[in-house]
Amino acid sequence: MGALAAQGNENSKIEVEQLHHTQDNAAKSAILTGCKSEIRDLDFFYGDFHALKNVNMLLHERQVTALIGPSGCGKSTLLRCFNRMHDLYPGTRYVGDIILHPDNVNILSRNVDPIEVRMRISMVFQKPNPFPKSIYENVAYGLRVRGVRQRAILDEKVEEALRGAALWEEVKDRMNTRAFELSGGQQQRLCIARALATDPEILLFDEPTSALDPIATASIEELIADLKKKVTILIVTHSMQQAARVSDYTAYMYLGELIEFGVTDTVFIKPKNKMTEDYITGRVG
Amino acid sequence: MQDSKKAQEIRIIIARHKRYDLLFIIIGVFALMIAVLTFIALFTHMLIDGMPRLTWDFFTSFPSRHSGLAGILSAWVGTTLVMLVTALAAVPIGIGAGVYLEEYAPKTIITQIIEINITNLAGIPSIIYGLLALGVFVYQFGFGQSILSAGLALALLILPIVIVTTREAIRAIPVAIREGAYALGASKWQTVSDHLLPYSAAGIMTGVIIGLARAIGETAPIITIGALTFIAFLPPAPIKAEFPFLSFEWLMAPFTVMPIQMFNWVSRPQEDFQFNAAAAGLVLVVMTLAMNALAIYVRYNMRKNIKW
Repeated sequence: MGALAAQGNENSKIEVEQLHHTQDNAAKSAILTGCKSEIRDLDFFYGDFHALKNVNMLLHERQVTALIGPSGCGKSTLLRCFNRMHDLYPGTRYVGDIILHPDNVNILSRNVDPIEVRMRISMVFQKPNPFPKSIYENVAYGLRVRGVRQRAILDEKVEEALRGAALWEEVKDRMNTRAFELSGGQQQRLCIARALATDPEILLFDEPTSALDPIATASIEELIADLKKKVTILIVTHSMQQAARVSDYTAYMYLGELIEFGVTDTVFIKPKNKMTEDYITGRVG
Repeated sequence: MQDSKKAQEIRIIIARHKRYDLLFIIIGVFALMIAVLTFIALFTHMLIDGMPRLTWDFFTSFPSRHSGLAGILSAWVGTTLVMLVTALAAVPIGIGAGVYLEEYAPKTIITQIIEINITNLAGIPSIIYGLLALGVFVYQFGFGQSILSAGLALALLILPIVIVTTREAIRAIPVAIREGAYALGASKWQTVSDHLLPYSAAGIMTGVIIGLARAIGETAPIITIGALTFIAFLPPAPIKAEFPFLSFEWLMAPFTVMPIQMFNWVSRPQEDFQFNAAAAGLVLVVMTLAMNALAIYVRYNMRKNIKW
């Protein structure tokens, strides 16, 4: 297992290097858009439990990167490192770096306040979790946290975010309605609007459609494809079809290790690692 | 035919099991009746004895040597003012402590010991709080045998209830909502003041009211700090005609409360005073039930606007 994973990690490094030399279109766009974030030798612990083991990978700017793998493989844990969510709970420990470009800051550093990280990197959760407040207040909350008080600015940003989340037309006449009166899919788009309102640099999605029906799922996936024009996206999904549909890059994780990372088409059509192939063809998980 | 014989056997087994069900129903209803009937009997008895005395004059008269003229004016005013002090002291301290323990305190051995002890504090006999208040508030701080001392003593008594319900109300908020707030870059205080407190307000209010409903009937700690039992005057009014219009002299005034007035009348040898006691008891029970009803109303109405 260890050897296999080491090989996988080696593969992913080579993959990343190759990207910058091929004539492949996706690779070209990767070079053009550059790299938004780098994960370097990341280990993560819940108490004594070693949840992430020496993970190395890249997030390409304004691209969608999907994390796939069976339950318990550490994909959500990795996602939640990006906004320091683990800091809310005692006994968690990060080792290694997540570098955020262009300013080259290690967001896992003790000197970096997790609140600062969360203001730059937004997150959308598995189950829609709107606050029990009005639609308007839900979207405006991120701005209020930053001390924005002027009504005109709030109104403008709220509208922009709701338009960005393809929800504006449906709710523009009932901004003071309570958020829980929306349908599940609308609630999730509201949560996306809430995350967008503060112009994040990276948007994290933690299985955003697992609580939604197929139609709402399709609209969220469409939205993700649209959002990547503006923002770098990292998405955890348990659905390989979803990863194939929405992502440009895919990382396959197993038991806390990154087994394979590369351009989505390559990972799905010609996986380099036997373990990835087994998972994708349905023999594992 | 083999099958129907099997079915018969099964029916016999089922019938035997159902006999146990019936037996338990009988025992259960009997147990319930003991609790309910006792209360109904007590309440009816008090109603029959006390009802004739429940006139307007009964609420507007001071206690008197003549049972027919005696009333509960000083008692209900005293109870109201003591409850006011209790609420003003217990609510901010209790909520503050509850929020700190739930949201801020590091999870160490020391905080765990504190947590266990707060739950234990709720079970300490109320007279112990009376002794504590006698030593600390009455003598050490020099508040005397006043409304302030009594209010603070009862505040100590209900603090554990307020702290525990605050924590439970906050813990009932889904993790996803807390994480949602933190994920937007909210600080702890922003999360607490914008989300946790508003969403748990109904639960906290319920705890406060139930705590006050317990405090309103407490007698032992009030006797311990030396509340007078015969008071034929009211505390100074809190509002004055001249500047600064507000007066806090009433905090230092001697007082009596409903249960003490009742106790005083019960211990009189004359039978007529027993009717006064029953009437006062009736008022006290209605006050307590009204507070509990208010708690249910608050919980129901405030929860209507909060869903997740």
